[in-house]
Amino acid sequence: MTQSQTAKSMTHGEAGLVLVFSISAFLCLFAAANAQDAPFAFHAFLSSAASLAAVIVIGNRYFARTSLPPQEINGRPNYNLGPIKFSAVMAVFWGIAGFAVGLLIASQLAWPALNLDLPWTSFGRLRPLHTSAVIFAFGGNVLIATSFYVVQKTCRVRLAGDLAPWFVVVGYNFFILVAGTGYLLGITQSKEYAEPEWYADLWLTIVWVVYLLVFLVTIIKRKEPHIFVANWFYLAFIVTIAVLHLGNNPALPVSVFGSKSYIAWGGVQDAMFQWWYGHNAVGFFLTAGFLAIMYYFIPKRAERPIYSYRLSIIHFWALIFLYIWAGPHHLHYTALPDWAQTLGMTFSIMLWMPSWGGMINGLMTLSGAWDKLRTDPVLRMLVVSVAFYGMSTFEGPMMSIKVVNSLSHYTDWTIGHVHSGALGWVGFVSFGALYCLVPWLWDRKGLYSLKLVNWHFWTATIGIVLYISAMWVSGILQGLMWRAYTSLGFLEYSFIETVEAMHPFYIIRAAGGALFLIGSLIMAYNLWMTVHAGEAEVQSPVALQPAE
Amino acid sequence: MSFWTRHQIFEKNSIVLVAGILVVIAIGGLVEITPLFYLKSTIEKVDGVRPYTPLELAGRNVYVREGCYLCHSQMVRPLRDEVERYGHYSLAAESMYDHPFQWGSKRTGPDLARVGGKYSDEWHVTHLNNPRAIVPQSVMPGYAFLSQTEIDEAGVAAHLRTNRTVGVPYTDDQVANAVADLKAQADPDNAGVDAFTKRYPKAVARNFDGKSGAPTEMDALVAYLQMLGTLVDFKLYNEKANLR
Repeated sequence: MTQSQTAKSMTHGEAGLVLVFSISAFLCLFAAANAQDAPFAFHAFLSSAASLAAVIVIGNRYFARTSLPPQEINGRPNYNLGPIKFSAVMAVFWGIAGFAVGLLIASQLAWPALNLDLPWTSFGRLRPLHTSAVIFAFGGNVLIATSFYVVQKTCRVRLAGDLAPWFVVVGYNFFILVAGTGYLLGITQSKEYAEPEWYADLWLTIVWVVYLLVFLVTIIKRKEPHIFVANWFYLAFIVTIAVLHLGNNPALPVSVFGSKSYIAWGGVQDAMFQWWYGHNAVGFFLTAGFLAIMYYFIPKRAERPIYSYRLSIIHFWALIFLYIWAGPHHLHYTALPDWAQTLGMTFSIMLWMPSWGGMINGLMTLSGAWDKLRTDPVLRMLVVSVAFYGMSTFEGPMMSIKVVNSLSHYTDWTIGHVHSGALGWVGFVSFGALYCLVPWLWDRKGLYSLKLVNWHFWTATIGIVLYISAMWVSGILQGLMWRAYTSLGFLEYSFIETVEAMHPFYIIRAAGGALFLIGSLIMAYNLWMTVHAGEAEVQSPVALQPAE
Repeated sequence: MSFWTRHQIFEKNSIVLVAGILVVIAIGGLVEITPLFYLKSTIEKVDGVRPYTPLELAGRNVYVREGCYLCHSQMVRPLRDEVERYGHYSLAAESMYDHPFQWGSKRTGPDLARVGGKYSDEWHVTHLNNPRAIVPQSVMPGYAFLSQTEIDEAGVAAHLRTNRTVGVPYTDDQVANAVADLKAQADPDNAGVDAFTKRYPKAVARNFDGKSGAPTEMDALVAYLQMLGTLVDFKLYNEKANLR
């Protein structure tokens, strides 16, 4: 059908993006032709192809559309759900991929033959793939999806921007693709949780600024006088991650046509920047962002208001102020000056208070609705996630005390601590949010099966318990073995004896990880069936219209 | 007006909220990071620490690329058992030319801050090829492929120049002779060895991988491992003068 040319012209966004992506397609092709190393050439080709695809998709959309989707339909906001659906699907995909790689590398530590002695499959290259896939790909997509949903609902307006939200979700996942394939090809700047090289970092910066703008402009045009609590946490997460990313990553490439760069900071300053970044990736990505999820989804699911609004105000400011100081506890007894270590320890201990304040606020929201834990496994998942949050935010301050840290540091105890937070808190609150979100996004009455949610809950919970208890035992055991002396005053164990002692715990850990992975597969099946076989929500006259 | 009423300024103005967030999160970072750049006590005064030779730098890049830091720390803490197991505790000065730092956060394998000189080159090559050939209980991956990859000689000078821009004091002489020094260090019979050792004190020229031909990544990695922790002479180190 030929489009009538009247009253239809390209928006500035469409024209601008087509122009930018056209130029980018050529520039990337040029970079690929001049590439100094094969992985850079591969990424340049990939970017060129992606730019070309973007031009085609934007062009097609322009020719197919009549007008832009309206801001409101019948006086009610016309929510933009397409990008959220995309992000939610990607979250499930990356989650499964990330957990699977985690299981693989856990097995490699138990059975080193699984490294296959190939460059692309060795532990050292797969480990960043695992951490990035679960934190940034799975967690990041959950955060983007939920933040775009929550900000629209709580501001009662359509998401700002026309193509911008799509640019954010697709651009972010393209960053993940470049980062992930880069790790396998040996592209890394070796800064933990900030491994991607300079060109991926630059791309992420662009995507993140657009993300901030979409989120902020949506808040600015809100129809509610107050900014909802969850949005404060989302905003702190987005703003602070931008600051951390820029602070930790300034690097000088050896060649603009090559992947290798050298970081601007050196030695002790680089270490401090890294763990300022690293700990606050935990504090703002894995905590503030997911607390926003807690503040929206738990009240919503429990059908209760937030326990205390004033507590949330204190929780918010205290948490973001104190968290940023905690980084040096990753560097206890290192060559970092003592004053910095002591500051880091002090603030880490103080951080226990706002953390538990937040936990109390989340848990007490269930006042008068505790009975729902028996009947609603999704709410149970959300509540147990907050319980895990409480546990790991007690464990963290404890481990930041220097004497405790002298034992726990460099051992599996740290790994166990991370996973009680990551699997228990971030994992469960994300699963809970996805179980809520998918029926809402696809207009379903409810989930395909609550029984399967129950199965997911128990498999994953048993998996987490196996994982963290194995790591507690192996970590404390190894720490004690390293410092054990014989009665004659000699070190009792050689290093390799402590490695050998870890073997049974590494098998238990892998088993725990396998259960967690199985749980996520159950979730994926359940969500798939919800979308494809679920009963459609009956549209009442006031029902919201999906955007797409 | 109560505190809670006043707080509404943040709840009702998104820009004020963003500004508030920025101020609150800036404080901790500024207090903890900025002094490290100007407090003189941050980095100890010691003799002997020099920039990496081109071959060592190439080896260090292999170390970074393969993610060795994920299982090996390079930071001996001042604890009795660590000092006895690994050697003198690490100084900030020893990693001042490290871009990025490689202190690590996990010891699945032992600390490597002072591994230099502890084992022979042959031990390292055999161990890297197949760790379980030497240490049966090891869980380390094998890196036999390193022996098959030659170092890209053309780009070496650019790596030194980039390091110099970010603060590593490479001299013009060192940059100009980067390729010659790379070849000389991997070949003890090379005519340039004397000039090379003059440019990099305490550096050793050996055929690290034991194979003839152009320097490989195995040469580079072993050269890097063999120099780790060897630059500072702790018999001469004045602990009291550097007390912090």
